[in-house]
Order: sequence, then structure tokens, then C-alpha cells
Amino acid sequence: MLVASAGNVLVWAVWLAAAFACLGSGVAVVSFSNPFYSALALIGNLGSLAVLYLLLSAEFVAAAQVLVYAGAVMVMFLFVIAYIGPRSESPWMGGPSWQAVGAVLAAGALLIEIVVVIGLKASGRLAHSEHVGAAFGSPATIGRLFLTDHLLAFEITSIVLLVAAVGGVILGAHSRRSPDEVPSL
Amino acid sequence: MGPGVAWYLAVAGFLFGTGTLGVLLRRNPLIVLLSLEIMLNGANLALIGFARNLRDGDGQIFALAVMAVAASEVVVGLGLVVALNRKRITLDVDRLNTLRG
Repeated sequence: MLVASAGNVLVWAVWLAAAFACLGSGVAVVSFSNPFYSALALIGNLGSLAVLYLLLSAEFVAAAQVLVYAGAVMVMFLFVIAYIGPRSESPWMGGPSWQAVGAVLAAGALLIEIVVVIGLKASGRLAHSEHVGAAFGSPATIGRLFLTDHLLAFEITSIVLLVAAVGGVILGAHSRRSPDEVPSL
Repeated sequence: MGPGVAWYLAVAGFLFGTGTLGVLLRRNPLIVLLSLEIMLNGANLALIGFARNLRDGDGQIFALAVMAVAASEVVVGLGLVVALNRKRITLDVDRLNTLRG
């Protein structure tokens, strides 16, 4: 019993640390003016989310999160930020502050909507199921699900990635013209 | 017993709200893309929390598909940002309001 409660305290401590790191770095991403710092904060956000995934016994998704997101995608982001140079946002020029008010209202309305819908629809079923098998979330289980039940989603995902790669190449090569040619824009 | 799935859903909802705020409020397209990643990750956290709650692996499959789509979206978005930068267009999403220049 004592061991179990000590384990609970540990799980809660890890959850609290990861959740607050996640929320804090999320706010930091939105509020930094330099996109470089925002990207670094997003790496922290993704890392703490991987900890939360581990607590939810989704080991493979946590590993994929760290490898794909914090590894590949964020490196791409940092390369592009380094390429276009650190430029801060131009300050508000006494501009339409109703835009900011509307944005805050829309985000708040969305948040309230999420809370209300989850509370109405799912509050009876949110009890934590105690145990899952050791195979839950393991690479073998994920791979079996991908290649049996969700084969179509798997193939469509590969097509989406291929289309995105081709689109990235086209977008990157399109503007690489000789300087004497008149740009079409 | 650790924190229930409702706690994870609360974190997911706040992440989604934070990302929404960034997408609507910021004008640098790079930060808009980063905020979009936060929104997608909030949705992913809810998916994986429900997968754990229902003991069903389908939510994790969906989260992996969302990750792949997010990677594609970042490729196209960053390609657009680089193309805009090459044409010396101001990186401000409020000024990018015409398609043919």
C-alpha cells in the first residue's frame, strides 16, 4: 500500500511538472516576438508532451513525437528561421485592436466550448481505467493495427507525405530564377 | 492511481486555446505555423488520453496520422515562407491579402 501510494505521488509529480512545462512553453511560443525563441520553446513543449504520452502508456507515439517533431520538423523550422534571418514582428501601428479583442474572444469561446462539450458528453466515462496490458502502445501493437485495421489510412498518409514533398520542392524551386528575368509578381 | 483522463483533457484544451490565440493574434507566418503545431498537439494529447481511457489503440493510430499531416503542412508552409522571402515580400499575414500580387 505504501509502495503504491509512493508510486502515485511520483506519477502525480511527473504529471504536474510535464503539464506545467507544457502549458508554460505553449504560452511562451505564442508570446515571444522572436520566432527563434518561439521555436526553441516549442521544442520544450513537444518534449513535455512526450512525457505526458509516456504517462498515458503510449510509448511508440512518444518516441515518434521526439524523433519526428522535436527532431526533424523543428530542425526544419530552425533552418528556415536562420535562412530568412531574425526579424521581429512590426509593432502594432495603432492598428485595429478590435482584431486582438476578437481573437481573444474567439479563443475563449472555443475553450469554453471544448470544456462544455466534454463535460456534457463524456463526463460519465472519464473514470481512469486502471490497467492496460503491457503490449498497449508498443511498436508491435501499433504496427499490427496499422497494417491490418488501418491499412488505408497508412497508405493515404504515405501519399500525403509524397505530395507534400513534391510541393515543397516546387515551392522552393519556383522562385529560384535568374535575376534578370522579370518576376511574375 | 495517477491523474485521470480529465486532467489530460484540461491540458489539451488549454493547449488548443493557446494555439488558437497565437494563430489569430500573431502576424509573423512562422509563429502562426508554430502556434498551429500547438493546436495539433493539443488535439493529439486528447486523442491519446481517450485511447488510454478506452483501452483502444485506434486513438494512437489517429495521433500518428495527425503527426504525418502536420509534417506535410510544415513543409508546405515553410516553402511558402521561403518563396515569400525570396520575392522580398513582407512577412506579415495581415498584408498577404491578395493572390496575384
